[in-house]
Amino acid sequence: MLTPQERRLGVAGGAIALAAVLAFMILALLALLAFPSAPAGGTIVTAYMWRILQFTLLQAALSTALSVLLAVPVALALARRPNFALRTWILRLMVLPMGLPVLVVALGLIAVWGRQGVANSLLMILGMDRPISIYGLGGILLAHVFFNFPLACRLAVAALDRLPGEYWKLAGSLGMGPVSVFRFLEWPAIARVLPGISSLVFMLCATSFTIVLVLGGGPAATTLEVAIYQSLRFDFDPPRAIALSLLQVAVTASVLGLLGLIGSADPTGSSSSAPSRRYDGTSLAARLWDALVVLLSVIFLLLPLAAIVVEGLQADLGRLLTSNAFVKAATSSAIIAVSSAVLALSVSTLLIRGRLAAIDSRRPGTVAVAYWRLLGASSLLVLLVPPVVLGTGWFLLLRPLGDVARFAPILIIAINALMALPFVMRVLEPTWEAHYARTTRLVASLGLRGFWKFWYVDRPILVKPAALALSFAMALSLGDLGAIALFGSNDLVTLPWLLYSRLSSYRTADADGLALILGMICLALTIAGTLHQTDRSRRAAD
Amino acid sequence: MQQTEPGPDIYLKEIRLTLGASRFHFEGLIRGGRITAVIGPSGSGKTTLLNTVAGYDQPDSGKLVFDGESMAAKHPAQRPVSMIFQEHNLFGHLDLFTNVGLGIHPALKLNKDARLAVSAALARVGLGGMERRKPATLSGGEKQRAAFARALVRNKPVLLMDEPFAALDPGLRLTMASLLRDLHHETTSTVLIVTHDPDEVRRLAQDVIFVENGRIAFHSEAADLLAQPHLPAIAQFLKG
Repeated sequence: MLTPQERRLGVAGGAIALAAVLAFMILALLALLAFPSAPAGGTIVTAYMWRILQFTLLQAALSTALSVLLAVPVALALARRPNFALRTWILRLMVLPMGLPVLVVALGLIAVWGRQGVANSLLMILGMDRPISIYGLGGILLAHVFFNFPLACRLAVAALDRLPGEYWKLAGSLGMGPVSVFRFLEWPAIARVLPGISSLVFMLCATSFTIVLVLGGGPAATTLEVAIYQSLRFDFDPPRAIALSLLQVAVTASVLGLLGLIGSADPTGSSSSAPSRRYDGTSLAARLWDALVVLLSVIFLLLPLAAIVVEGLQADLGRLLTSNAFVKAATSSAIIAVSSAVLALSVSTLLIRGRLAAIDSRRPGTVAVAYWRLLGASSLLVLLVPPVVLGTGWFLLLRPLGDVARFAPILIIAINALMALPFVMRVLEPTWEAHYARTTRLVASLGLRGFWKFWYVDRPILVKPAALALSFAMALSLGDLGAIALFGSNDLVTLPWLLYSRLSSYRTADADGLALILGMICLALTIAGTLHQTDRSRRAAD
Repeated sequence: MQQTEPGPDIYLKEIRLTLGASRFHFEGLIRGGRITAVIGPSGSGKTTLLNTVAGYDQPDSGKLVFDGESMAAKHPAQRPVSMIFQEHNLFGHLDLFTNVGLGIHPALKLNKDARLAVSAALARVGLGGMERRKPATLSGGEKQRAAFARALVRNKPVLLMDEPFAALDPGLRLTMASLLRDLHHETTSTVLIVTHDPDEVRRLAQDVIFVENGRIAFHSEAADLLAQPHLPAIAQFLKG
């Protein structure tokens, strides 16, 4: 129902955004492929690289298996207790790890599970000699489970909550015991979403950078992403970085292909429907078991977060906040986060408008539908080329033009915006599409257009998802260590990079203080997002 | 699989409960072996009445008695009750045989006789040979027939139905109502059916309960009520 002019503008805008996104990615890939000293494919893949590839896949597979195995019993327990007073708060707590910078959480994990940590101290009282090591495979798995077990759990709870209330009434009336309920109701519901959850978690773990950088290291516990960074930043061995990058793209392409086949889970996934009453799990044993698994998972999640606060408060926060280094880093971080969030939102807006314009007619032609698909896929194609690989490509591309550091801010903004794009699209597009479908005929018949149409028709509906998308994108950029690790220099320091350098130079008090500050900023952004979500579900319940 | 005894009288004695801001007060005797229609405005407490009889909602005070046997503190599974809802009566991912079989044994431990009973019940409601079909491949009417088949194999003396035909088109409602009447003729269970359709009341009900503002405002034989609606709200309802 758009005017021909509006349709042309929409399609053209989508094309510009698509071209920009593809160009940014393809140029980086071409730079990798065309680098003069890169030998032909096979010979470059040395035993060293095989070991790294194996470790990357092994740790991702183990992390996924552990996260999912732990998530299922906790999800069952939470879904069984829809009236449990703390249920909403526990589900909110499970959103938190996704919203916090990885580096900040890593510090909290070290405080709890590290050499001097709470866990080892307790075990020493029991007469054991610091049995837990946070570094190496064990630590990487622990950290990945910390991030992904709550994600898997939330998605599984949402799947169980979506079952119709009649099912639980029937189960009660038919006298199904816990085994029957699991076999005939809970397991089929979870099994449907399990492939999507597992491949999403596998993807996140296979491309995890910060965790492996901080807790891994050494050839025995290095993933492709970190190896690329080390090849470029420490050994300055572009051919090796290129070979590793291509290997990484092959891995992400295979996982993405798999995701496409089985359908991905929505990482922002929140259940929209209020959970139904349950009539099972009334026995004392069931109550005790549910209480136990929920309590343990809450302790597991809360301890590192509490440690961030406790350790952070011991730092000299006043001096830290006023120090030159902090002010400089915070300024850079703020500029980069705001710019990349605005860029991501603008690109998404163009893509969504392009998609809507493409299929605006009654019977869109095959070309229009193909274009619509392409615009939708572009935000997912971004996942194909991880930030470190993008950075490597652009590093090689710009090196002939002089000091790469000059371009660093722009590159970091662009890479961060691309990273945020899939999330921004996921938040924005469904609301926008529904809004468009509801209003487009009325708007056309009233002849509304331009600024006032935006102000009166679109703004009231779209401002909330747009704000949520912005806060997501900003939190993502504020916590990012991948792009800045490649391009950071004395002139360009962001908060995560400052935190990482303090950590590397063993100025732990400063690092703890910075982690608390950075964590609080991202927490504030995440809360802004969750507040909006509860608001929306409350209205849906009316 | 048919029971011979008629279904029990259901005695609601001073039953009070509060759900959120709504208060309910039920008092009355539902006669055994008969079909009683439950009518009334939306949100008046019809479903809550059924939920109380089934055991999904627990009264704060009062007594619920089936033929002299108190139902207080009995879990829904321990009550001699089958329930049919407007939709979602079948587990969507399980085939018809499993859905009906779960009515005989909740862990699906079925011997040969039980298996035959499942197939016979499906045939009785007109779904013979459709044991392996999934609910998604069935029409709305077929799904409700399958729910009837499960009620048949469960063979409970009380059958509660919450707008079981509301999602069906008028022609289908007619066939389903005559199926229900036939089945009731064989089982003589005590049937409570919530409905918004005056024709369904005329077609099916022997007794009628009118629920308003959380209490039973009127309770009589259907013939009486249809002949002379005692409350304006009932007259309104009968006009449709």
